[in-house]
Amino acid sequence: IMENINAKYVSQKISKTRWRLVSHSSLQQPDIFATGSWDNEVNKISFWSIGNHGGSDTDDGFEGDPQLLCEYKHDGDVLDLQFLDQDRIVTTSSTGAVTIFRHHQNSQTISVSHRWPRAHRYPCDNAPCTGVVCSSPEIVTVGEDGKIIVFRADQEGVIRVIENADSSTIHAVTYLRTTEILTVNSIGQLKLWDFRQQSDAPSQILSLSGDRVPLHCVDRHPNQQHIVATGGQDGMLCVWDVRQGSTPFSLMEAHSAEMWEVHFHPTNPDHLFTCSEDGSLLHWETSTHSDMPSFLQGGRNNSMISRSAMAPAGGNQSLISAWLSGDSSKGRLETTHMLPSQTLSVNSLDVLGQCLVCGTDGEAIFVNRQVPV
Amino acid sequence: MQNIPAASDGKHLGFAWGPGDILVYETLYKASVAQGSGCSFIHEVRKDEDIYSPNLRKLFNESHHIFVGLQTIREDLPSKNKKPQFVSISKNYRSVIRACMEELQQVAVSTKDAEVATQYGNQVSILLAIELIWNLCEVLTLSGSLLLHLLDWVRLHKADVDEKAAEVLQSESPAEHHDYWDVPGGTQTLTEFDVKWRHWHGEVNRCLQDNSFASNQHLEIICKIIVGDEDTLLEHKELLSTWYHFLVTRLLFSHPTVKPTELHYYAQSCMTMFLDARSVPEPLDNILLAAFEFDIHQVIKECSIALNNWWFVAHLTDLLDHCKLLQSHNLHFGSNLREFLLLEYASGLFTHHSLWQLAVDYFDNCPEFGRVYLGLQIEHIPLDTERKALKVLRICEQRQMSEQVRSICKIMAMRALRNNRLGSALSWSIRAKDAAFATLISERFLQDYCTRGTFSDLDLIDNLGPAMLLSDRLTFLGKYREFHKLYGEKRFSEAAKLLLSLMTAKIAPRSFWMTLLTDALPLLEQKEVGHRAHDNMDKKRVLSSLKTSFELLLMQLSSTSSKC
Repeated sequence: IMENINAKYVSQKISKTRWRLVSHSSLQQPDIFATGSWDNEVNKISFWSIGNHGGSDTDDGFEGDPQLLCEYKHDGDVLDLQFLDQDRIVTTSSTGAVTIFRHHQNSQTISVSHRWPRAHRYPCDNAPCTGVVCSSPEIVTVGEDGKIIVFRADQEGVIRVIENADSSTIHAVTYLRTTEILTVNSIGQLKLWDFRQQSDAPSQILSLSGDRVPLHCVDRHPNQQHIVATGGQDGMLCVWDVRQGSTPFSLMEAHSAEMWEVHFHPTNPDHLFTCSEDGSLLHWETSTHSDMPSFLQGGRNNSMISRSAMAPAGGNQSLISAWLSGDSSKGRLETTHMLPSQTLSVNSLDVLGQCLVCGTDGEAIFVNRQVPV
Repeated sequence: MQNIPAASDGKHLGFAWGPGDILVYETLYKASVAQGSGCSFIHEVRKDEDIYSPNLRKLFNESHHIFVGLQTIREDLPSKNKKPQFVSISKNYRSVIRACMEELQQVAVSTKDAEVATQYGNQVSILLAIELIWNLCEVLTLSGSLLLHLLDWVRLHKADVDEKAAEVLQSESPAEHHDYWDVPGGTQTLTEFDVKWRHWHGEVNRCLQDNSFASNQHLEIICKIIVGDEDTLLEHKELLSTWYHFLVTRLLFSHPTVKPTELHYYAQSCMTMFLDARSVPEPLDNILLAAFEFDIHQVIKECSIALNNWWFVAHLTDLLDHCKLLQSHNLHFGSNLREFLLLEYASGLFTHHSLWQLAVDYFDNCPEFGRVYLGLQIEHIPLDTERKALKVLRICEQRQMSEQVRSICKIMAMRALRNNRLGSALSWSIRAKDAAFATLISERFLQDYCTRGTFSDLDLIDNLGPAMLLSDRLTFLGKYREFHKLYGEKRFSEAAKLLLSLMTAKIAPRSFWMTLLTDALPLLEQKEVGHRAHDNMDKKRVLSSLKTSFELLLMQLSSTSSKC
């Protein structure tokens, strides 16, 4: 795996990388990704190409470096970045701004499509906007000011604001369903919000019993919408079932420092990827005979959990028995390091098809085109 | 380079040193000839522009990676195992320099801006010189057969400058010569080779003196060259662009088995012969001469003066130190040369808005003063976002720098508090285990409650968990909220017990006693505290204790004033 990965030094610390979406119908591998920088005097967003034209690819894993297509100045650190559609990305800034950029493929130029300059703010100060998730044309952002804001890409103003959604910083947001989102905060809570409700209170709050370790990232299982993974300050990977109880389903020691991002593979969800401040990027793979991957079978991978397990709504037998008997032989969980050691913090990763891209504080981008999924 | 206007106007300037720059300002004092009114600007004069160059940044990042790898080579391995690794690392460093150089060169030739082209051109020249010196040091100190590598060295750098001459050089050393150079690992010893070579050399000389080649002038010249005839070589000076090329050529043809200890003698004489009487040796020449003399310290000293950035000397010295090729003598201020240079380099990096993260690893590998330097400088990093603060905190925590941890958490917590983000403030206090701050936050909550009659941020107070134990005030807050919940759920007996325990456990702040007792009054009026006998006993006990507390409070109130 290490042979397929090369560093490209780009003279900017990368805070976010995201693959441009490919249509589900085609079997194409992704070829374009966007990056955002942070901690620079002048920060930038950039579009890169790895030159995958068509579905077939050669055996040579690192056929050429990513090539810079175009870049654009960004005011403030790029704290989050998502593709809105094939041509547009949304970024959130440390200045509290939310911006839509358009990538003009023909001329390889970038323009600002729309901007909400101080979407997140304090009365007398900027409030960094820490996370965004979108489902075109809806855009949802969260920030250090504890607000949740809903925008529409084609409208000037703001659709909805939940002012005091959180008394601490909201670090990340993701969709649970089309009308429900999940947020994680710096006092270790996972909150569900239902936009159909008028009230500004979360519909559910989940947290770890014990220390209130801040949570930094969250991702939902692509097929099973009640399964959610989170990562936080202590580098532990938690997998939750949001239908049952208020505590995580399984806890795994993953990293020795903050976990910045967690991603289920979008089409092969038996694979999970995490990256961390400790400079590692882990590929989690389950091989199990049961339908359910082992990390969803509950339990701690190295000790018994002393909390009661309630029967899940679906009543899946293999779940309960694995949990209660602490039987980890039902499935095997394999973890692989995907980067050479001694890199600085890996801030962001994205995986699509067989391609993985990540960015580090060592001002390097790594692309792997042959991820074994 | 730009002049500060005030300086040329004859004004008095004041200045202050910064970590990487100087701040210059105009003072009140005016020389009598000074014209014009005062100026209110402060000028920032940057010492090192290199670290702001986007291309050179790649050099810093890539070399950081190599540096960190080098530090992990185990000390206890025998040197014959380590040497190839060191050579490989040296080559890595050089390839990074070359990659950077090539990129800069591309920009220099493709840009239309003359100033940019000049600037980049200058950087290319400097990198060329750096790579030249590094390569020479590698050849002289690490590699095996001396002349063979010197030959490669010259060829490599000749090719950079003059392609035509490179062809000539190659034609002067036809493939046959390479069979002679089978010395490293070859079948013949140095002495055997020397004997053969002298025999051959003698043969060619004899032919020349016999005028065997007189008929063909070109052939005669070539023969004179290959026996190392100095005059002939010097006649063709234009093909040898530098004195060190001349040196290697001369060695190749007249002293192929030169010993390292003899090198400097030939180097000095070649330089003298090659340079015109009127031309003065440039800094680069002096550096190379020092290298040929194996005077590493002189090389480093001259480079430190000539270059405006510590990158080169720091990394080269570190590598040579690992190879045990530097005698370590302690400098007057305690650390050795290697550490001194690394500290200087890293301190320079630390002034950069982005590259400060690289500096941390350099400080980590300076055993004497690294930690102190890091501790002092890390507190000055501006913390614009929580994410950045978290990264800085992680660095401090990993090194048990508890002072800095507390300080950073306090800064972030104060900022949060100022913006009324009580949950964030508490999160920072928990991280620093800062009980005093947790108390401060709790007071804020309690104040809010007093003024508004309800709690804000219930999502926080209801979910404090074990964090509640961080400070008494925080515990009180959590329990007080619990009291309200119990009351709301009409669990009056439990509510009363809790209230009592709050008062007797003395974790309730004095200022809050009035509020607590006001809360108790409705309980006193409650008739339905419990149905069963022991509940009634409880009730009686509770009521009497409440009465006692009430009396106590009245006594307190009469002697001191309490405010909520």
